[in-house]
This record gives sequence, C-alpha cells and structure tokens, in this order.
Amino acid sequence: MLVMAITAIVHKKLTVAVIATGIVSLMASVMYLLMAAPDVAMTEAAIGSGLSTIIFFYVLNKIRKAK
Amino acid sequence: MIRNFFILIILAGLAAVFVSLFWNFGSSDTLSPLAEHYANNGADEVGAPNLVTSVIVTYRGLDTLGEVTILFLVAAIVSFFLKTGKQEESAPKRESSEIILTASKLLMPIVMVMGIYVFINGHLTPGGGFQGGAIVASSFVLMLMANPRFEINHRIIAIVESVSGMAFVFIGVLGILLAGGFLDNKILPLGNYGEIFSAGAIPIIYSLVGLKVGSEISNILSNFQGVQMKKCND
Repeated sequence: MLVMAITAIVHKKLTVAVIATGIVSLMASVMYLLMAAPDVAMTEAAIGSGLSTIIFFYVLNKIRKAK
Repeated sequence: MIRNFFILIILAGLAAVFVSLFWNFGSSDTLSPLAEHYANNGADEVGAPNLVTSVIVTYRGLDTLGEVTILFLVAAIVSFFLKTGKQEESAPKRESSEIILTASKLLMPIVMVMGIYVFINGHLTPGGGFQGGAIVASSFVLMLMANPRFEINHRIIAIVESVSGMAFVFIGVLGILLAGGFLDNKILPLGNYGEIFSAGAIPIIYSLVGLKVGSEISNILSNFQGVQMKKCND
C-alpha cells in the first residue's frame, strides 16, 4: 500500500498514478475489512477504487483532448 | 529561500500540534456512554441486527439526510457546469473490445441485483443505501464503458431521484406525527428481529437512499460521458 501511494505521487505518467490511487483505496478497503468494519470497506471499495478512478480517467481523457 | 523557511516553520508548527495528539492516542477499551447506550439498547429500540444501520438511519437520521443533500448538490452543480445541450450526430466511434462488451452484458444485471440486495438488506447485513447506490452506479459505469454511445435517460433518473428524496423527507415528517421524532422508524411495526420486513421504516428509508444515491452518481458519470462525446466531435 505504501509503495503504491508513493508511486501515485512520484510517477511521471498520470495514468499509472490514477491506477495506483485505485489500488491504494482497494487495499484500504481490505484493511477496513480486517478491522471489522465491513460497511466502511464496501463504501471504500465501490466509491474509492471504482467510481473515482473512472471519473479520473474521464477527466484525464478530456484534458488530453483539450490540449 | 524565505518562502522555504516559512514552509518549514509551518510544517514544524503542524508537527507540534499533531505530535501530542499522536502520543496521547490509544484505543479505548471501554465504550463512551453514548456508544454504550447504542450498543445496549439499539437492538431493542430499533430492531435492526446491523447496529451501524440503526445508528445511521435512526439515531443519526438527520446526518444521513444532510449527506444525501450534499450529494444532490454535487450532482446538480456537476450537471450545471458540464451542461452539454443537444448532442449532435456523433462520428462513428471505435467500438469497445469484445471482452468488455461480453463481460458487461454478463455482469451488468448481476452487479445491479447485487446493489439492490445490498440496500434492501441494509438493516440485516453490512452495507446500506450509500454502498448499494454506489454499486448500482458502477453497473451503469460498466454499461457506459462497453457502449460509448449509450445514453442514460435523464428524465427517468431525475424522476427517480426527486421522488425518492421527497419520500425520504416525507417519511421523516411522518415520524414526527406518528412516532417519537423526525425520521423515527417506529411508524411501522418493528416486526420480528432479523427478518427482511422488520425494523420499522429502515428498509424503506434505506431503499430510498440507495435509489437516490445510485441515480445521482449515474447522473454525474453520464454528464462526464456527455462532455467527452462533445469533445470527440470537435
């Protein structure tokens, strides 16, 4: 998780950074599950690693087209 | 140079503020009085096996209403700024790959049923309106990814969203009239502990929240998709 978080900050390619953030929140949701909070884990998995990654990609695509 | 110095000073100040917080932090072995009340009386008063849901929907129902309102505002602002207007005929776009097409046809209904299950069973199993709504919205994402020209019917989404929001507030007001206060779940009989139609109004409220959250998030996503389509045509 730490490796992925550092990758998300320092990597040059934005696509890789977005995927790394998605993996970070996926691992965070696994950690919530291990700490006996399944409700929070579901929210994190669905919104953090699913929907927000997709929104990031849409926005990245739009910025690339605008350039 | 002087700017870096200021940044260092601010960082040191923040560290000084937070280090005491960090050293004094320890997980408490006993519950706070409020949490103890919820843990001891929650099952009897609310009748929901999932204690988290009973806190979120009944004891702290007003906070949930606030969260749903914030999400509604976000969806409204996104659709205000990303208003695409009438879509002109788009040039033929590259089709999605066969894998995504087949997988989305296979998975979309399953994911959607999973989301609906999560928010209907919110008072029995982990999960609830927000989680279920997000899962329903992710099934729409799958559909949007597989078929770029797919458009969600905005009118149906708007109707679902506003009707469920109004019904949520209406049930809350019914709670004032028929039971102990705003969003009290005892307007319906509590039923047998652990059955699906139990815990009073919680299944209804959570289903409404799930529908609302799902339609709002799919609305945001389809707005992003619409902007992308427009850019492609230029």
